[in-house]
Amino acid sequence: MSSTSQVDTAEAAQDGATPAPAPRRRRGVRKLSIRDRIVVAVLLGIPLLLDLAFVWFPAIGTVLLSFTKWNGVGSLHSQTCKPNVPSILNNGCWYGVQNYHQAATIYPEFWPAVRHNLIWLAVFVLIATPLGMLFAVLIDRGIRGSRMYQSILFLPVMLSLALVGIIWEFMYSQNFGLINTVIGRNSDSNAIDWLGNPHLNLWAVLVEATWRQSGYVMVLYLAGLKAVDPTLREAATVDGANAWQTFWRVIFPVMRPINIVIMVVTVIESLRAFDLVYITNKGINGLELLSVLVTSNIVGETQRVGFGSALGVVLLIISLVPISVFLYQTFRREESS
Amino acid sequence: MTTEALTRPGTALPSAPGRRRTRPWGQIASQAFLIVASVLWLLPIAFALYVAIRPYSDTRKYGYVSMPHHLTLKNFSDAWSQSDMLHFFWNSVLITVPAVIIVLALASGVAFVLTRVNVKINVALLILFTAGNLLPQQVIITPLYRMYLKITLPHFVSDSGLMYNSIFGLIAINVAFQLGFCVFVLSNYMKSVPEEMYEAALVDGASLWTRFWRLTIPLCRPALAALATLLTTWIYNDFFWAITLMSSGDKRPVTSALANLQGQFVSNQNLIAAAAMIAAVPTLVVYILLQKQFIAGLSLGSSKG
Repeated sequence: MSSTSQVDTAEAAQDGATPAPAPRRRRGVRKLSIRDRIVVAVLLGIPLLLDLAFVWFPAIGTVLLSFTKWNGVGSLHSQTCKPNVPSILNNGCWYGVQNYHQAATIYPEFWPAVRHNLIWLAVFVLIATPLGMLFAVLIDRGIRGSRMYQSILFLPVMLSLALVGIIWEFMYSQNFGLINTVIGRNSDSNAIDWLGNPHLNLWAVLVEATWRQSGYVMVLYLAGLKAVDPTLREAATVDGANAWQTFWRVIFPVMRPINIVIMVVTVIESLRAFDLVYITNKGINGLELLSVLVTSNIVGETQRVGFGSALGVVLLIISLVPISVFLYQTFRREESS
Repeated sequence: MTTEALTRPGTALPSAPGRRRTRPWGQIASQAFLIVASVLWLLPIAFALYVAIRPYSDTRKYGYVSMPHHLTLKNFSDAWSQSDMLHFFWNSVLITVPAVIIVLALASGVAFVLTRVNVKINVALLILFTAGNLLPQQVIITPLYRMYLKITLPHFVSDSGLMYNSIFGLIAINVAFQLGFCVFVLSNYMKSVPEEMYEAALVDGASLWTRFWRLTIPLCRPALAALATLLTTWIYNDFFWAITLMSSGDKRPVTSALANLQGQFVSNQNLIAAAAMIAAVPTLVVYILLQKQFIAGLSLGSSKG
């Protein structure tokens, strides 16, 4: 390999992931014929409109609505809400940061939901991710039956979370569940109510979530491990590193891009968590999550659109952290080129 | 830094034989661990399946955790006929198939323009699409729900006359939400197409459309296949959009309709188990048939970052 091209590859490799793109000479829009310009406008325009209308417009709408007090009926207006007036007369008014204030101070479910979301994240980070990584590392060593193990461990990822919730009910049920029957706690007097007891059910549901999430993490790591140059391992072995040292000192650092992806996936999946708790007991009684609170405030019988939106904004602000990390990691190279 | 070490990610290298020498006890420990894990991972599904193939009378008499006295497929046929599952499956098909096709069509157009035409703000647009897909659904649901109640549709599209509670509305949100991921994956994929091919096409006088449709799309077939597989399972498995943007149970796709069935069959768990197993069949078939595509799709999305 000539030294000049090596510089190129080295530069790209330092950033971690994509093959070095050959310097591209892209043609600007101005150089296109009219027909080509129409094609560009259609190909880009329709999806852009759709994305803006159904994703970004609502996202901005959430922020705006979060400063209002509105029950969803009647119209919104720009007057400031008057204190000490029945809410029916105040409907649709500008509420400032009152929704946020109420959420943080007097809404009883808010802090438990935040705590549950944090616990969810902690379990994903401390249990599901290492477990998935361990599966991937063992399977990647190419031991006998690795394909079968991979298929089995990945199987839960194929099921919808709603279905996972239903399937696990047969494990957890008080009277007929597999777990209680096996440990002999299935009579009416001593049964453990895994999914109904507010001190237990979050953990019970997190077992289900981990069961699914670690298979997902496993596949992402398998992809990352396959992309690691085998000569790296050889070099490490020649240098006398054992398997443990090779992994932590050589392989793991090289997988930085995949580690960031998994970190982002982990945070976002724990913020998105909804289906499992909703199918288990509608997300109440110990299973409150921010996502559930948003939903119950807007599609329930008493709609508190402004308040629900404020909770949505809290979710938005938290999720912007991992999203920015991901975007920065992914696109900083392109911005500079 | 280990610079030249990184090969092209996403390309599955065949595991080099004998590149790692593990000591025998390490092998045994790994095997044991993976066997235990596999058993634990299969157990919930296997138990639900076992409940599904046992008659109600048996489980009532001996308990759910007991030796089989009779095995039957009747729960499956009962669940199928009593819960109108065909109807819910059809709803799922009506939502999933158009949504997957539309997402892929739109996303490949965007990805092509963003990678092959210098639109100046193409990185910004790519970021816009990608970030949209990473938002939790609940961040956008409040205004979306209001929008869906406001937007009227002609009655031949939606019998409610609204975007709300219509198959069309569910397709729209699934398309919009999944676009980001597909644009991201496809644009990464298209970047790997050598520039020379486009230069050759230009010399031949190919228009932009020809370069897109005749050159790029056929080259992207593997990525499109992988994405189609992923999207099919994701949209089929969707629960949140279906329960928030649809009021009536009978229009819902099968995954969310199952929540209703749970209430309907509450006294007969064997039927619920059977219905759950039936609902899982399509994604399991997809997985078994297209395992390679499926995993390739996930890898494409992650490691090309």
